[in-house]
Amino acid sequence: MSEGKHGEILSGVHFWQGDVACAEGAIAAGCRFFAGYPITPASEIAEHMAKRLPKVGGVCIQMEDEIASISAVIGASWGGLKAMTATSGPGFSLMQENIGYACMTETPCVIVDVQRVGPSTGQATKAAQGDVMQARWGTHGDHEVIVLSPNSPQEMFDLTIKAFNLSEIYRVPVIVLADEIVGHMWEKVYVPPPEEIVIQNRRKPSHFSEPVFGGISDVEVPPMPQIGNGFNLLITGSTHNEYGYRKTVDPEVHRKLVIRIVNKIRKNANKIIDVEVQNMEDADIGVISYGCTSRSVYDAVILAEEKGIKVGHIRLRTIWPFPEKIVRELAKRVDFILVPEMNLGQLVYEVERVVGCEAHVKAISKIGGGEMITPEEILSEIRKLLER
Amino acid sequence: MTKKHFALKFLREETLPTAFCPGCGSGIVMNCFLKALEELGFHDLSGFAFVSGIGCAAWCVSPYFKADSLHTTHGRPIAFASGLKLARPELNVVVISGDGDIVGIGGNHLIHAARRNMDLLVICINNFNYGMTGGQVGPTTFHGVKTTTTPYGNPEYPFDLARLVDSAGANFVARWTTVHVRPLINSIKKALKKGGFRFIEVISQCPTSFGRRIGKHTGKDLMIWFREKSIHISKIQDDREVNDKIIVGEFVNRDKPGFVRRLHEITLKLREKYDEN
Repeated sequence: MSEGKHGEILSGVHFWQGDVACAEGAIAAGCRFFAGYPITPASEIAEHMAKRLPKVGGVCIQMEDEIASISAVIGASWGGLKAMTATSGPGFSLMQENIGYACMTETPCVIVDVQRVGPSTGQATKAAQGDVMQARWGTHGDHEVIVLSPNSPQEMFDLTIKAFNLSEIYRVPVIVLADEIVGHMWEKVYVPPPEEIVIQNRRKPSHFSEPVFGGISDVEVPPMPQIGNGFNLLITGSTHNEYGYRKTVDPEVHRKLVIRIVNKIRKNANKIIDVEVQNMEDADIGVISYGCTSRSVYDAVILAEEKGIKVGHIRLRTIWPFPEKIVRELAKRVDFILVPEMNLGQLVYEVERVVGCEAHVKAISKIGGGEMITPEEILSEIRKLLER
Repeated sequence: MTKKHFALKFLREETLPTAFCPGCGSGIVMNCFLKALEELGFHDLSGFAFVSGIGCAAWCVSPYFKADSLHTTHGRPIAFASGLKLARPELNVVVISGDGDIVGIGGNHLIHAARRNMDLLVICINNFNYGMTGGQVGPTTFHGVKTTTTPYGNPEYPFDLARLVDSAGANFVARWTTVHVRPLINSIKKALKKGGFRFIEVISQCPTSFGRRIGKHTGKDLMIWFREKSIHISKIQDDREVNDKIIVGEFVNRDKPGFVRRLHEITLKLREKYDEN
């Protein structure tokens, strides 16, 4: 890999592993703080950050565990740095309490979860897609997060940048929900020149008394100052008013705060949601996929076309917030929707909820050993449904 | 005109009086900390950032200190503070929190930050129990004491916090009680002038949740007991001689470079290598 003297953004074409592309995406997005703890299959992100961050004026630290890692990331974010951690299922579970803290305190940060087979230690080196619901509901209480799903090393780069941008705009933790296949796969990655990379930064307050935890409409995001700049910030995970004062019994203050931190994502969902749509117009059958599994769906679409079957494919780059309108649109056009996932059914329930009676929804589930759902398996399910 | 209390310039006056129980020792610790700053010539808390966790002691800084404060999840203030210090190395980052928070649920972060010699001042207010939740046994509760979760007596033994943090590698370790106001102020001043990991344990009274369990019903009863129970580290040869005493004093005062400085040195070398190329 070539490294320029001040190589912050390594513009050009590279042959990179997904985990490396993720780390480079973070650096390109302006990430200057990484805290992590070794875990397969995400360790390569920490290793690459350890090598690269000191060269671009950043800090990389290996903490004592994943709880400490996400804690340090939140501390660094309030110190004014763009900050990230990377882990896999077991570490992601440990981080959940502080992901909730980041939601409640509206702290921008990026958490990469390179999914592996669970539950528990499971099969540490093998791919799975079992953390979809953990990413959505892993922390307690009402909250919204943004979850992105890359399906290639290129997207490990692109969506990590996007994750930083969204977290800065909405002051929310953003999860890059990768998987072992995408994380460990080597592929071509194109890094654009710096001027072509869109970078978003958190909005700063215009004056010292501007409230930083509300005092605005419920779709807006308050400005975020940093610690050490004279704001006398009160930052707390307890329910707080717009100036940060704890209000631990007042029902109205709680409703106002939590409804706003939920609505700033829900009511801006259209701006956040990012999907790839194939053959929506003249589809015979629908497939909804994400992450590594979508790669098999691309092949299945081609195989089906050879048999004269048009497969309408929606590939989610944003899993949460869930693209309800787009999925409903597909349901109006087809009788059947297939949801292949490397778990025993997670996203499929969300599809069922949204589709209702408009179409028949069927899961294709496969777990264990990191075995992907093959294009043939998807095609076979498609044919079975159409022959009914 | 009456003269304003010196500490008020460091406090958010609109938040006073504090929510601490009558007789609580946390106010004494706040007073000592702010007195140390006063004596060092600080007029405000602008160069400081305070981090605390969950529990009564965590409230000293949030909301009472007129400063930036990060009131974190339970047990994690040292880890949050580490990230903040690395992001803003020019800030004086101080953690003030309780024994349950820093040593119980957060004990791992404490020993690792000490091992790294992370540039933080940590003041641990040790009241021997989980006060806010109703007086449960903690990692600092004496053997045999009845608490709400050890109704038949505590079968465990407490940590010796000062020795623990000393052996983990901290640059500075002291232990005082709320009776030792002057030496505590002096230790805080000394610690504030140093880099690396600095740890001050302050034994503090909790009459509400703990004192009454051991027959000390008021803050005053507990403070008299602290005075009787304390022995200065210079007066002992061997810890075994003083088994049920509280050893107070400064345990260690090292001058190892702190984490931030070591990281800075590595980065500088890296830059030089770059510039040569």
